[in-house]
Amino acid sequence: MTFVIEMKDITVTFPSVVANDKINFSLQKGEIHGLLGENGAGKSVLMKTLYGMHRPDSGQIFVNGNEEKIDNPSTAINLGIGMVHQHFMLVPHLTVSENIVLGKEPTTNRIFLDTKKILRDLSVFCDKYNLDVDLGSTIYTLPVGMQQRVEILKALYRGADILILDEPTSVLTPQEAEELFKALEALKSQGKTIVFISHKLKEVLKICDNITVLRKGKVIGTLKASETNQNELAKMMVGRKVRLSYNKEEKIANKIILRIENLEAINNLGISGLKGVNLNVKTSEILGIAGVQGNGQTELVEVITGLRKATEGRVILNSEDITGKSPKDRLKMGISHIPEDRQQRGLISDFSVMENLILGSQDLPPFSKDKIRINFTKVAHFAKKLICDFSIKTPNKDTQVRYLSGGTQQKVVVAREFSRKPKLIIADQPTRGLDVGATEYVHNKLIEMREQGSAIILLSADLDEIWKLSDRIAVIFEGKIVAIKDPKKTDKREIGLLMAGVNPEKE
Amino acid sequence: MLILKKNDLNLTGVLQKGLETFKVELKKIVPQLIAIFIALLVGSMVLLATGFSPIEAYGALLLGAFGDIYGIGQTLTQATPIIFTSLAFLFAFKAGLFNIGAEGQFLVGALAAAIVGIFFNGLPNIVHISLALLAGAFFGGLYAFIPAILKTKLGAHEVITTMMLTYVAIYLTGYLVTDIFKAPGWVSQTPLISPTAELPRILPPTQLSASIFLGIILVFLTYYTLQKTVLGYEIRAIGLNPLAAENGGINVKKGLILALVISGALAGIGGAGEILGVHKRFIDGFSPGYGWDGLAVALIGGLNPFGAFLAALLIGILRSGGMTMNRVTGVPIDIVTILQALVILFVAAPVFIKYLIRRGKKI
Repeated sequence: MTFVIEMKDITVTFPSVVANDKINFSLQKGEIHGLLGENGAGKSVLMKTLYGMHRPDSGQIFVNGNEEKIDNPSTAINLGIGMVHQHFMLVPHLTVSENIVLGKEPTTNRIFLDTKKILRDLSVFCDKYNLDVDLGSTIYTLPVGMQQRVEILKALYRGADILILDEPTSVLTPQEAEELFKALEALKSQGKTIVFISHKLKEVLKICDNITVLRKGKVIGTLKASETNQNELAKMMVGRKVRLSYNKEEKIANKIILRIENLEAINNLGISGLKGVNLNVKTSEILGIAGVQGNGQTELVEVITGLRKATEGRVILNSEDITGKSPKDRLKMGISHIPEDRQQRGLISDFSVMENLILGSQDLPPFSKDKIRINFTKVAHFAKKLICDFSIKTPNKDTQVRYLSGGTQQKVVVAREFSRKPKLIIADQPTRGLDVGATEYVHNKLIEMREQGSAIILLSADLDEIWKLSDRIAVIFEGKIVAIKDPKKTDKREIGLLMAGVNPEKE
Repeated sequence: MLILKKNDLNLTGVLQKGLETFKVELKKIVPQLIAIFIALLVGSMVLLATGFSPIEAYGALLLGAFGDIYGIGQTLTQATPIIFTSLAFLFAFKAGLFNIGAEGQFLVGALAAAIVGIFFNGLPNIVHISLALLAGAFFGGLYAFIPAILKTKLGAHEVITTMMLTYVAIYLTGYLVTDIFKAPGWVSQTPLISPTAELPRILPPTQLSASIFLGIILVFLTYYTLQKTVLGYEIRAIGLNPLAAENGGINVKKGLILALVISGALAGIGGAGEILGVHKRFIDGFSPGYGWDGLAVALIGGLNPFGAFLAALLIGILRSGGMTMNRVTGVPIDIVTILQALVILFVAAPVFIKYLIRRGKKI
């Protein structure tokens, strides 16, 4: 059998870690090959090495049987290797066509852009690969799924035969992901070879022909997708058995803890972001909010936590109107918030673990009795306890959180928010960017809090996550709650359609 | 015997621990020390190029700064006002604010103290001094309250407002002491303050006054406030990540206002100290730019109160020693300005310094 790519004994080390440890990896022509592993397993590093962004300390790379030295991405591109990164590398204010040709622009007299030729070439090109996209629109106006398609076209335009996609579905809605899968199938049928990096078991099983599992920089094994299953892959990935579903104790939630009435708010663009939201959350309940990013989730969370002002309507916590209260007051009344973006809202990355753990409680007993001095002996004691209770992997309590991994950082946030003994927890993307192990941990903690009587609002871009945890699912679309469903009595298709603004019952 | 032995062990333990902390702290200022060293090196090239002997010049400088009681007194006198203004800069900086208007707040505080010193007579010594210092702090703080409000209510950037308000302060105090509060005579200055308001001189015949003790106390107080209090915690949180601070229930606007007002108050006390301890009256143009120096010194000191104190001492050494160097060797006093600028330049180039450290380790 001939391989289009063969990587032999690849070792890549960074100052403190061996990211890839003697990895052997090969690609057959025309296959979709899944690269599966937890965060930090070395998937991206391996592919970035192939793409010339990292230099291996040792090992060989063969492209179509010839040994090649790939020192930088342009060498890789010349060899027909293209990569779509997790964070898109597009110029937001240029059009789709300008972005696709960027760096390889057809010109007239080497001075002027040959716009006509560009448009002509590209529409033929898009047709060829059956990838529909409006060439004239400006990138920043496009949904994420479209932007990703532009990235793929960009790689193909540069002559890629081997396409590497780094966690491509992490930013997509279920429908967008479906379309991506279709596009990938089409590319495969045209003879392209695709590497699909992911840590989501389901989609890897669905789309890939072969799957290579990495763990801690080593290859654990390569399997045929048709001959394996989720449990086996999860075990290979994490190194132990993983629970893929949760057995929640049935709880009868009767007491309404949070009532939202006709809530309206303005978003950052100065236009209406919430258009009359009505919602109840009960004790011992996880209410999942499903929706495509940018349909008012951020505004809703910020209005509940007091970070954004409501222009209309009321927020009532425990039969007390808190609409006008400050974030601090709400915090003290028992609202905890795991923010969507831990780096931006959740943590102060130059603060130590200990300092981050008391953010929001710094002027409350037992840390401060007079609101003037902080008793750092008590703080240290508290920090040590949380680090132990939540098994936060940090060298010590004084380490700045910027030096911790994403999962560990999230644990710091979770530990802090849960230690307040909250009545209501708003968990906004609580497992974004976390690996299977850390995700499982956060999920278990959420369920634990639910069992102790907390009400939880869960927002997630990952529909599976909402499905697994929620007692009820509310769908948000264009600033309104369009439906509330029982997960046992609905399916993903229905929720997906509701998320896209289609009401399936009416059709 | 046994007890003595135990004590001995304990003592060495404490000493060892102290030495460890010292080593850790020392490591933090290595880049600064290297910057100073390089600045002196480049300075010596300048000296050589202009036909002076660096060894003689630096020798005279050190002798001038430390050679006798007078030199030491002069060094500390020069350092004193800068201690306050550097604390002012760094306090606001911890909240993420760039208060470059310490000069203005310094002058306003100084004039306020002078007025209290002149007009509130018949008070006991300690009361009068305290009152004058408080006036300095209050009006310095009040003067910083203006940009604080402009920033939090209107979104005006503090760099612009504090700088502009400094010019307002320079000319306003200038006007007041050439007109309303002018002493008889042809100099633009106030009358002398009452003797009850004078801060004691501690090393006559030098001008060194008790103001330096106040500065040292404030160094510790600033450190304590920033590291050990709720206010300091919140100010640092705001400075490092205002979004996360807000999310943690911290009132960001209130924190910004407080940080800038306290910064202004620190500068104001510095101004008051200069009036009560050194000049005994407000003379138009008495500050050669202590407020601006504060910015540079805070940076040289690594934005740490103790570092700022040491950096202020360094500037004191350069300035007082510089005068002697000028007298003895004839090297123009401007070389001091060059040295100062070079130190700042190299401190502000940490990447370069880190590169040098890495190179050094390889060799």
